Amino acid sequence: MRKMPLAVSALTLSVLFGTFMAPLAQADEDIKLVIENHLFVPTEIRVSANQKIRIVIDNRDATPEEFESQGLRAEKVIPGKSKGVVVVGPLKPGRYAFYGEFNAKTAQGVLIAE
Amino acid sequence: MLSTAIILFREVLEAALIIGIIAAATRDVVRRGYWIAGGILLGIGGSCLVAAFAGAISGLAEGMGQELFNASILGLAVLMLSWHNIWMARHGRELATQAGAVGKSVGSGSESVTVLLTVIGLAVLREGSEVVLFLYGVIAQGDTSAGAMLAGGALGILAGVAVGVALYFGLLRIPLRWFFQATSLLILFLAAGMAGQAARLLIQADVLPTLADPLWDVSGILPGNSVLGSVLHALAGYDPQPTGMHMLFYAVTFVIVLVGMRLAAPKR
Repeated sequence: MRKMPLAVSALTLSVLFGTFMAPLAQADEDIKLVIENHLFVPTEIRVSANQKIRIVIDNRDATPEEFESQGLRAEKVIPGKSKGVVVVGPLKPGRYAFYGEFNAKTAQGVLIAE
Repeated sequence: MLSTAIILFREVLEAALIIGIIAAATRDVVRRGYWIAGGILLGIGGSCLVAAFAGAISGLAEGMGQELFNASILGLAVLMLSWHNIWMARHGRELATQAGAVGKSVGSGSESVTVLLTVIGLAVLREGSEVVLFLYGVIAQGDTSAGAMLAGGALGILAGVAVGVALYFGLLRIPLRWFFQATSLLILFLAAGMAGQAARLLIQADVLPTLADPLWDVSGILPGNSVLGSVLHALAGYDPQPTGMHMLFYAVTFVIVLVGMRLAAPKR
């Protein structure tokens, strides 16, 4: 490994990427969340505690949004007019605030695990 | 306007700190400025490409393409930083002694510089695509506040760059005796922090288990979104609520690179 030219880097990158493309585990619960006019709909989600939650975020705005939550440990850009998936949990019972970083004034919501 | 400045400051900070450290670490390398500028330009170009294909990348791997792509970028950066540190452990001393005498003799350092060029490109690429997407969103919205938001964005980017420049000049003040140890240590923490971030993304993509969630919680003492928290996050991968897997990746990378550096160091 004396030299690592760009070609080798690109190859390594694609191999790493390819390895991670293996089939993914399924979550226990699917939740739908819509972004419209820089607002989350619904603004409050109730889910079961202690299991994995798959949040499918449908961004209907033309502009991208970043779904972010420190409590849920999630950070994901969802391009305009497209869907993104975030898997969280298993969660302890409690309230977990989330927001859209690109429009944090309006895009606010909370996930309640119970 | 202020919120835009803060968003872009946070996005730019990490890449700026990495570039500051690398620019300092390669202080004696001939035409280093071209390498660094090249890395930044490649990163920006790559960011625009990734932003343009963001929808397609996101759609891969059952909606987890973005996480896997970013984890791959981080994984590659960790490999390159580790390699650089081990290389420097072997050759750093001779570089330090020769560099003062003949500037040209650091030609052998250019191998390592290629690696660092790529790391800079990757660092810019990692956060850059989000910056491009965000700015695109601001312009696409086209409302009256767009001008103020763009001004705020420019301010945030400048502030981030300023922190990187400050770190660079701060590092240059370190006496040459300790200089390579200091920059190697910083790069060691960078690599471990990036490995931890990659673990975090792979957990988010549901590829890896958390092992413990969280392993500990110090968010009450030093929140991750505070200024100090953000800087420590960029420099050393600080996370107030890390998972077990995060710390496992962190510790394993740290130990492997440290052992590699010890083994590579010339015997005296």
